[in-house]
Amino acid sequence: MSAEGVDLKKRRFLTAATSVVGAVGAGYVIYPFLASWAPSEKAKAAGAPVEADISALEPGQLMRVKWRGKPVWIVNRTEKNIADLPSLDPKLVDPTSEVPQQPEYCKNPTRSIKPRYLVAIGICTHLGCSPTYRPDVAPADLGPEWVGGFFCPCHGSRFDLAARVFKGVPAPTNLVIPPHQYLSDNVLLIGEDGGAS
Amino acid sequence: MSAMKNMVAWIDDRFPLTKVWNEHLAQYYAPKNFNFWYFMGSLAMLVLVNQILTGVWLAMMYKPDATLAFGSVEYIMRDVDWGWLIRYMHSTGASAFFIVIYLHMFRGLIYGSYRKPRELLWLIGVVIYVVMMATAFMGYLLPWGQMSYWGAQVIINLFSAVPVVGEELGVWIRGDYVISDVTLNRFFALHFLLPFLLAAIVFIHIVALHKVGSNNPDGIEIKKGPKGNRWSDTAPADGIPFHPYYSVKDIVGVAGFLFLFAAVIFYWPEMGGYFLEHPNFEPANPLKTPEHIAPVWYFTPFYAILRAVPSMAGSAFPGVIAMFASIIMFFLLPWLDRSPVKSIRYKGPIFKAWIAIFVVVFLVLGWLGTQPATPGKTLLAQICTALYFAFFLLMPIYSKMDKTKPVPERVTK
Repeated sequence: MSAEGVDLKKRRFLTAATSVVGAVGAGYVIYPFLASWAPSEKAKAAGAPVEADISALEPGQLMRVKWRGKPVWIVNRTEKNIADLPSLDPKLVDPTSEVPQQPEYCKNPTRSIKPRYLVAIGICTHLGCSPTYRPDVAPADLGPEWVGGFFCPCHGSRFDLAARVFKGVPAPTNLVIPPHQYLSDNVLLIGEDGGAS
Repeated sequence: MSAMKNMVAWIDDRFPLTKVWNEHLAQYYAPKNFNFWYFMGSLAMLVLVNQILTGVWLAMMYKPDATLAFGSVEYIMRDVDWGWLIRYMHSTGASAFFIVIYLHMFRGLIYGSYRKPRELLWLIGVVIYVVMMATAFMGYLLPWGQMSYWGAQVIINLFSAVPVVGEELGVWIRGDYVISDVTLNRFFALHFLLPFLLAAIVFIHIVALHKVGSNNPDGIEIKKGPKGNRWSDTAPADGIPFHPYYSVKDIVGVAGFLFLFAAVIFYWPEMGGYFLEHPNFEPANPLKTPEHIAPVWYFTPFYAILRAVPSMAGSAFPGVIAMFASIIMFFLLPWLDRSPVKSIRYKGPIFKAWIAIFVVVFLVLGWLGTQPATPGKTLLAQICTALYFAFFLLMPIYSKMDKTKPVPERVTK
């Protein structure tokens, strides 16, 4: 083919225009592939609230229930546990729960509806491990000042019995308190608070 | 002409068979002074083939379903004829792959194989390493044991630590609010796909290698040296044909490797909890993290760096940045080294000292990553992390001021 009379400018324009239209088309095709990775309707619907019967929970004991696939702890704190909480304030990152990691009705010194019962999502705010419940006082591995709390085995984060994070550990914030309410004295509903928050 | 020659001629008219054979094997002139370290490249390819072959076989018996996965691995181990062997070849192969690749990278590090004109060759190699890590990470979720589950939980949460978009990014990767059947299913598909992508990048790595030619323990460019050897007047005097010289030498390496590989498979398949971790013999339990969790050994140096950095301004992101930065350092290496010589043989005492520090620091970080965090160990990890980055970031300075030895014109023994 002879190159005479070829409008190179027009040819370049058409090549560029075709490339742009092609790229837009490819973008549209990629979208469903990326979007299909989002949680399905089924996964979204699986977040139903769960009930927990706490009548058999002795003081000092912890029980776990599963909500949205995550462990939720319910701890029956002793009188001493509750009395210890204010003394820890200077060692904590956020003792007054300023960061909204809890519903408004749990923004109090014990981070709970009833002072005795702590309800918290047992997932470390660092990288998602489930901390271990360590109610023992002054154990060898946690030091003489330990008055009970939670210790994350993965990266060494520490929380007190109101699930508040200590200073100088990898976890940046307090543990999350899920929305919850008491259906009766001994039955908790986790995942729903009747719009209280 | 014989029938065989006729056949080859017929193919050569239609496909460059003889041409490819000569260019990449029979008339590909590699430096004649290769040593032990040069086994690792061919061994890496052998292990990749082992992983693909045993992996495809495992996929015929494994079930990527959260309720069935753990049981199907036990079924492979106990009920399938020779299933235990295929599974152990695969799990041991994963660790062997990283051992061989770490030695291969160390070879490049000491002999300056990342220097001009091999920068792109090195970069393609680092891409292979990153894809390998992704593949290994996804594969580790598949047995659906406790360590599979909680290891994946920690790694995916690295992405959730990214400010603003992190939370959604984590959910998108998992396909759920927690690691679930959905996550397992997609990781299985990707774990099956990535090795084939790896094979393709390995091919590109070799194309790049054959364009620039192999480096050697002396770091001398044989293409720039005198010409003429026994086989050709125009080929480099210090080169010998890859085939049969190095193809046969590599067989010796393969034999030695298989000897060790088989010993591990038959006698130490779990390697004391380093190749297969003990908590992984318990099915995944989303409600309980094992007492002590650690990634598989080949990730532990980077994991130790992650843990060494405390959270700042209410975010765990700085640690995540440090961890990713520690891997990105490898990409920058070709431009950090300003030494006038390539090989450690002619580099000065400062560079040698830094290489030694780097090796020690890498091993110590690897050990720390397997250990529970204590204040003393965290401090040690912080010191090692600082030295790790200093090795790379100070290299433009110390590699330049170092006193080097003169490089000979021809390769030595």
